[in-house]
Amino acid sequence: MSVLSSTRRPRAATRRRRSSDARNLPMALAFILPATIGFGVFLVWPAIRGIWLSFTDYSVFQPPHFIGLDNYRRMFADPVFWSSMRVTVYYVIVNIGVQTVVALVLAVLLNRLTKSLWVRGVVLTPYLVSNVVTAMLWLLLLDYQLGIVNQLLDWLGIGRQSFWGDPALVIPTIALVNVWRHVGYTALLIFAGLQTISPQIYEAGKVDGATETAMFWRLTVPLLRPYLAMVLIVTSIGAFQVFDTVSVATQGGPANASNVIQYYIYKVAFSRYDFGYASAMSVALLVVLSFITVVQYRLSRAGSVAES
Amino acid sequence: MTLTRPAPAGTATDPGRRPQTRRVTRPRWGRALGWLVVILIMLVTLFPFYWMLRTALSSNASLAEHPTSLLPTGLTFDGFRRALGQTTREEALAQGGSGAAMHFWQYLANSVVVATMITVCQVFFSALAAYAFARLKWPGRQVVFSVFLVGLMIPSIFTVLPNFVLIRNLGLLDTLPGIALPTMLMTPFAVFFLRQFFLGIPAEIEEAAMIDGAGRMRCFFRIILPMAAPAVTTLAVLTYITSWNDYLWPLLVSQSDRSRVLTLALGIFRAQTPASAPDWSGLMAATLLAALPMLAVFLAFARRIVNSVGFTGIK
Repeated sequence: MSVLSSTRRPRAATRRRRSSDARNLPMALAFILPATIGFGVFLVWPAIRGIWLSFTDYSVFQPPHFIGLDNYRRMFADPVFWSSMRVTVYYVIVNIGVQTVVALVLAVLLNRLTKSLWVRGVVLTPYLVSNVVTAMLWLLLLDYQLGIVNQLLDWLGIGRQSFWGDPALVIPTIALVNVWRHVGYTALLIFAGLQTISPQIYEAGKVDGATETAMFWRLTVPLLRPYLAMVLIVTSIGAFQVFDTVSVATQGGPANASNVIQYYIYKVAFSRYDFGYASAMSVALLVVLSFITVVQYRLSRAGSVAES
Repeated sequence: MTLTRPAPAGTATDPGRRPQTRRVTRPRWGRALGWLVVILIMLVTLFPFYWMLRTALSSNASLAEHPTSLLPTGLTFDGFRRALGQTTREEALAQGGSGAAMHFWQYLANSVVVATMITVCQVFFSALAAYAFARLKWPGRQVVFSVFLVGLMIPSIFTVLPNFVLIRNLGLLDTLPGIALPTMLMTPFAVFFLRQFFLGIPAEIEEAAMIDGAGRMRCFFRIILPMAAPAVTTLAVLTYITSWNDYLWPLLVSQSDRSRVLTLALGIFRAQTPASAPDWSGLMAATLLAALPMLAVFLAFARRIVNSVGFTGIK
């Protein structure tokens, strides 16, 4: 009897819980309804539609016709597409490389020297203004004639540089200008990661006789690894989508030297109204981004497994 | 960088015998060097903003003569007057401007309307969904939430073209609702961000209220929202800044003054300036006016914004 009741009771409780769960359903659906509509209509549906459009000759003015893999064939044969991809990858490497190193140094310094909110506020300031504002500021600072940076280079005997007009300089210029806007934000992200490392670990390291350098490479970097991986994934996905600075400052020039992929997609879609082809290139970019996310995630995980 | 932790007490070989002076001076030098780097970074961060102000207050004629002057040269507010569209075409051309029409107050109003619409609606609807995910138990909750999380991975570039087609088919091109609509109902980030905070509110408070006869709606408005007010405010400020600074999406949707937002107007102002002799004074005045609202928001909410940068929302 007692055995029976004891087995029956939990089952009844589960059933009661289940039924109360089900009773919550209409209420829950009402709560998530607006967000779900937004999610479906402006995120999921466009994603599916984007893939569909990449197999069509859609041009805004005429309904789409299915043309199979034509857009993709065209893409693989399009030298401008490949040059845009190269330019974008070059941009991402310079941008993310410099930004991550400077941000890491800055975060470690902030963590060590000051917890001042004021200092963190100052380094975050550029992130609060738009890419357009950032581009405008640096158009002036790096101007060939009146730019203060070129005046400095002149005094130093290096000579003026055509930062925005020289095909060899334009991508590093855009990359560094965007480092200026994002480095404080990235540093604060890493700073937040540093806050999770317990001071006792360093005490222990010191007792064991580790030098500062050794502790940085053997303690800080491995412990920070998951955060750094996250920062790298988020910032490089953002960097691949660079558009605003190019659109405002160079319009892809000189001679396609800064024609990044997002800008090329925009041009194909809105100057030539070739939405089908533009969609195919968006799909290609999505594939590249997914690949990078997976690789970086795997690498960071492989690292943390090897560490433990 | 080797400045991970406070003051190392010499190296390991034999700490006991290290001379006392070394113990003190080495970290001091390290600290000084560290501060030097931090101050340098702060200078590089702030200098462009000062240069913008200095150039905006200068006249184009004397800028060309004194390009390195650290103070405004030929002090004048003409740059601002051109940026605000208060000069006639002839006056503007005489001052080195482009003479193009600039309806600053209209663009400002458009930006305010778009950013406010997006912020109010997105935060409210995302909060409703986040509540259902954090506080209600219902069949399928985990599955639906995972699907929302996948949405976090879809880069905006991928949805931009199809969304443009959709907005166009809805007849909303060149309207403010057309600019606001795609992010008005939710972003996966907003839902995720708020859910994290709702999860942290003790369940007992809500249970007590429900025993007293409060319904779910009442709980949401009277308990959860007020208790999560700091998180809601932070999210609202971040959303406002993001939508204010957006450029690509308004560029696609907007086609005339009627829906032109400030970031767009600034880009167009720049495109219209004479390439041979840019109207730097006017351009910097316009840039300053465009940046000012967000800098003011930052001043007002500095602590909240700075502290919000972390991993709560991403991880």
